[in-house]
Amino acid sequence: MDFILPMLVDGLAASALIFFIAVGLTLVFSVLRVLNVAHGSFYAIGAYVAVVIGGFVMSAGASPWLSFPILILSAALVAALLGPAIERTFIRFTYGKPEAVQILVTFALFLIFEDLQKLIFGVQAYYQDAAVSVLGISDIGGIIYLNYQLLLIALAVVVVVALRVMLHHTRLGKMITAVVADPEVSATLGIDTRRVYAAAFTIGVFLAALGGALASPNSGVAPGLGAEAIVLGFAVAAIGGLGQIEGAALAAIIVGIARVVAIYQMPQLEPVAPYLVMLAVLLVRPYGLFGAATARRI
Amino acid sequence: MRHALVLIVLVAGFLAVPAAFPWLAFVFTLVIAKGFAALGVAILLRAGLISIGHALFYAIGAYTVGFLSSRAGVDLFLPQLLAAALVSGVLGLLVGLFMVRYRGIFFAMLNLAVSMVGYTLLAKLYSLTGGTDGLSIATPRVLGMTLTREAFESVLLYGGLALAIVLGFLAHRYLKSPMGEALAAVESNEIRLEYLGVSVPRVLLFAYVGSAVLAGVGGAIHALAIGHITPDLAYWTTSGQLVLVAVLGGIGGVVGPFVGALFLESVRAAAAIWAPDVWNLIIGAGLLIVIFFLPRGLYGLIERTGGRAKR
Repeated sequence: MDFILPMLVDGLAASALIFFIAVGLTLVFSVLRVLNVAHGSFYAIGAYVAVVIGGFVMSAGASPWLSFPILILSAALVAALLGPAIERTFIRFTYGKPEAVQILVTFALFLIFEDLQKLIFGVQAYYQDAAVSVLGISDIGGIIYLNYQLLLIALAVVVVVALRVMLHHTRLGKMITAVVADPEVSATLGIDTRRVYAAAFTIGVFLAALGGALASPNSGVAPGLGAEAIVLGFAVAAIGGLGQIEGAALAAIIVGIARVVAIYQMPQLEPVAPYLVMLAVLLVRPYGLFGAATARRI
Repeated sequence: MRHALVLIVLVAGFLAVPAAFPWLAFVFTLVIAKGFAALGVAILLRAGLISIGHALFYAIGAYTVGFLSSRAGVDLFLPQLLAAALVSGVLGLLVGLFMVRYRGIFFAMLNLAVSMVGYTLLAKLYSLTGGTDGLSIATPRVLGMTLTREAFESVLLYGGLALAIVLGFLAHRYLKSPMGEALAAVESNEIRLEYLGVSVPRVLLFAYVGSAVLAGVGGAIHALAIGHITPDLAYWTTSGQLVLVAVLGGIGGVVGPFVGALFLESVRAAAAIWAPDVWNLIIGAGLLIVIFFLPRGLYGLIERTGGRAKR
């Protein structure tokens, strides 16, 4: 039974990465009421940008410790460039439209990004694992951990706390909460809802890109990454109850553990685990774990 | 009148173009296959239900044929097709029974989840499905006759066209029937529908099973046309493509999804020759243009220009 604990760390580290996607998705959904299929593209682009910039800086002979700020700055760069631009040009026109239209517009964006990624980055796989190797491994009681995985789990916790603080204790957060509660009244009270939407979307892009950037040192980057990321993100966001940040965190942990159990019991079915959890949860609680059919909060 | 005219032009095109350009026969067969599946998706879209999971039924239709052909040794065309319709219909009933309780985004996501489970099972149950290598499908016999590949492809194209006309007509009658008209009412106000004594779950279940059968038939034709199938048929991007085709064509009538499929496969064929790297980009941009400028889809464009000419 000695391998349960390292597998749990493995599972939780994977959960942390899915959490970054799911929480951005959930935030964007709760504010903009748009289910963003292109969210997976932002994850993939974040990964590509981090690997390319990281590879460039590392090959220039910089200290491998620099790879950590590079991971975060890459995500910020992607968010700053793509967030406001995409929200302003495409997402804005889908507000209040039927869900089919919103899903299709973002699906179209996803298709466009798929080819743009291939045109810009090619179809070969990229690797840049300086961040993982510099942190090394630790050996606690004969069990070996990859320190980078522990860092991922810690960062996910930091994101949960930061989002809570941002939403409840900052001006922007209070405006977001108000807009979620009632966009029309908030607009009447002088909140610039257009800017709030743009800000929330950009934060969502940042979280997705951060997830991708943080995933890249451990797994490399290749085409198809975004398509895989977004379905997992959907599953986790739905399990948690769309629009629920803590729900997304709990759902990510459950999915991570479910995968560990699957690896342990029936390794072939490990990729199905998130969806089986999702089916089981939605059959019992149609709006997810934390989702209430009535009032929604974030 | 206008619709009949468009229909005649389409059918004539399907009959004449492949005869004149044999290499297009394959493309047109795929148009029919995708058109069937997109029609299924379009029926659900009428009720405001968007399924990002119908590729599952498409894949089930294809794998039924694949299983019969390469595992069970049934190499007869019509039994294969019937079995595909039956198996996808039964699966549609099973899935539909609990799917009809959900609306909006949760309907979309549950379909997605079910199809991803299906995709993974198809990829992992190696001994049964051939895993990611997929299954090969031999050219089946038609009515007991062994045909050459070329002859079978013609049978598939023209038989598929005939089937599209028959099933399309049935779907048209269904959409005009009280059961079909109720779909639009589910989207606008289903409580009112319940007050009128209409069982919404029954209306939706009927639509769901019908759409699953249509997708299954499409998948079977796809499998027979290509001769090889992989689990990718059930991946969520294929489902997205089916919704895309339905909306591109327009969900107003039965012809719309086939127009959408014709557009998609033409662009794919053209892109394969001139711009293989950017075909997703072209399709995505096309979809955006249709959504923003042609709310009733490409078929709506035909209707509109037709209406102008009439005036």
